[in-house]
Amino acid sequence: MKTKNKLWIGLGTLAVISPIGLYLPEKLKAGDAWGEWGPDKIKELVGYIPSGFGKLSSTWNAVMPEYAFKGWEEKGLWHLSFAYIISAVIGVGLCVGGVYLLCKLLAGKER
Amino acid sequence: MHIPDGYFGPTTCIAGFAAMIPVWVIASKKVKKKLQVKQVPLLAIGAAFSFVIMMFNVPIPGGTTGHAVGAVLVAILLGPWAAAIAVTVALVIQAMLFGDGGITAIGANCFNMAFVLPFIGYAVYRIISGKSETTSKRRVIAAGVAGYVGLVMASLCAGMEFGIQPLLHHTLSGRALYCPYGLKIAVPAMVGEHLLFFGWIELIVTALVVKFLQKQEPGLLRTGMEASQ
Repeated sequence: MKTKNKLWIGLGTLAVISPIGLYLPEKLKAGDAWGEWGPDKIKELVGYIPSGFGKLSSTWNAVMPEYAFKGWEEKGLWHLSFAYIISAVIGVGLCVGGVYLLCKLLAGKER
Repeated sequence: MHIPDGYFGPTTCIAGFAAMIPVWVIASKKVKKKLQVKQVPLLAIGAAFSFVIMMFNVPIPGGTTGHAVGAVLVAILLGPWAAAIAVTVALVIQAMLFGDGGITAIGANCFNMAFVLPFIGYAVYRIISGKSETTSKRRVIAAGVAGYVGLVMASLCAGMEFGIQPLLHHTLSGRALYCPYGLKIAVPAMVGEHLLFFGWIELIVTALVVKFLQKQEPGLLRTGMEASQ
């Protein structure tokens, strides 16, 4: 089998097992990454929400925040794992599409 | 290391974009000139790999989480400029669609993970591998060390960016406007966790894939060299 096909299979496998990246931190009670806390956690840590932070932190409304469907925050780990896999597949698709589009645009300029 | 909106004031956000625009412009030119059509799928795989590997959050029990980025691996295969493009694509999608990393911080996040990380990592890889054979053990070690050093250096940049916020932006009474932690807290926190934990993940990922490719298709390990010139 060609190496590239093996790499694609590897990518697919990573997408399917990606919920490990959700499950392990949850089970081992690891919190957010350093410096990626939400407003509530910041308040808990330093006692106040910095005013600039308060304004900027809601700049953007992501379609699938934290690799989950909107409104799924309270659902169990099984639901979230499913959403995580879907996110990984969408992300892989968009990365591939994005790179091809970019390369096409770059090549197109030449003509 | 995906810094969300609100942690950086306008100065740092703008500086991040200002630093990245020339990188993106040069990288586009290099990729256009050097990247052959048959390498486009590999660049796409690289971007997708970086996206997915960043989803594998590794916990420090009771502490925080972190992850590998895969940027050094892409740099080894396609050169650091191509890696800058691949990781940027992944980071922009993560920020826009999944809210992982802020929109205002895209420039700074790309600076750390799509510029510092692949370029430092690639330099380390070249220095350690020297003139060794592409299939040599030395290359595997070089790749691992490169991933480790690259990620730690990226975390140092992120830590410094966090740390200068209270200096740059505060109220008269001394309250922070953005990230509340100064250099003395942010730098050791970011660098420490990457030195002790997450750098090793990048090391393992980079070394393992290089080892796999040495067996599968060592030719791939040669193209990165050519593309970087």
